[in-house]
Amino acid sequence: MRPHSASPLATAESPRKEQVRAGLVDSLGVGIGIFPLGIALGMLVVQAGLPWWLAPALSVGVFAGSVELLLVSLLASAAPLLTIAVTVFALNFRHVFYAFSFPLSRVRHGLPRAYSVYALIDEAYATYALLPPERLASARIVTGQLAMQAYWVGGGLVGAAIASALPEPIEGFEFALYALFIVMTLDAARSRRAIPSIVLAGLAMTVAILLTPDSALLVGLALFTALLVVRHLVTRRSGSSGSTGSTGSTGSTESDAAGAEGTVSDA
Amino acid sequence: MPEPPVWYLLAAIAISGAITVALRALPFAALKPLRKSKLVQQLGLWMPAGLLLILVVSVLRDEIIARPGDIWAIAASSAVTVVVHLTCRRRALLSIAAGTACYVLLLNLF
Repeated sequence: MRPHSASPLATAESPRKEQVRAGLVDSLGVGIGIFPLGIALGMLVVQAGLPWWLAPALSVGVFAGSVELLLVSLLASAAPLLTIAVTVFALNFRHVFYAFSFPLSRVRHGLPRAYSVYALIDEAYATYALLPPERLASARIVTGQLAMQAYWVGGGLVGAAIASALPEPIEGFEFALYALFIVMTLDAARSRRAIPSIVLAGLAMTVAILLTPDSALLVGLALFTALLVVRHLVTRRSGSSGSTGSTGSTGSTESDAAGAEGTVSDA
Repeated sequence: MPEPPVWYLLAAIAISGAITVALRALPFAALKPLRKSKLVQQLGLWMPAGLLLILVVSVLRDEIIARPGDIWAIAASSAVTVVVHLTCRRRALLSIAAGTACYVLLLNLF
């Protein structure tokens, strides 16, 4: 695994100051994607004829990037509250799957842990699920998440200000979200060990789009999970010495894979 | 279009926020007793890479549906993002900025 350019090889035992610094460095990589996206959100809010304060209010009240962008168009068209609730549920349902691999056990109980769960956006998940848990401390994770929210809120305010000053709208900033996910996938796919997961995910998504185009994301995630369960059963039946050789001892499993699958944040 | 009433905006934010937090918090509570399960551990191990691909496909599809006439711009900007990322030593900043700038330029100039 490549070390962060500036991030020290912080471990869970490093002093608190070091952890906070590591958290800030962690957030920079995804911040590059989040900040422009925040600007896009702010611009969308103003261009849709909604009050500027909606941008920061969304980023605090519903902290979830892609849904916030969608909420702007729903709110602008005065969609019924029930429609909004169902849409948010369907789009954010994938967060249910993050609990499997987000290192929440590294975050201190109480307020830090509550915040960490509240702020578990895609980017926070991608950053910390791929890092070896034993190198993570509470302060690092929470600092990273706080920074990510700050980029998002700040970007929204900047975007709203820009849009208020612009004579005409500029389109296409939503591409930043897509580009961010492309980059994260490329980095996660760096190791050969991640290939089966990616192939199964591609398969699940293809089937979901063909069979249930209206809820492809949700069905794709469910199918992907089902395929991984099958994979688990198959590899277990074929003996733990085969393809699961590296997953023999549970203690080293996560760190092993996290290292092998590459870290997103050091890109 | 008239500006929607403030109560409506605040209610939408409150409802959406509550649903989002619940979706993030409840699974942790549900999985707690299962932490030691081999299956849960392996799912945690295998999920991240595939989950990211699913997000890519999903967002790409949304963009194609929203701008069906601009598939060429989406394809070109995606290619720029991937090529820049692979050739410029995987610097996320550069790849995201290059892809997004390309897309914004293509959409607004042509």
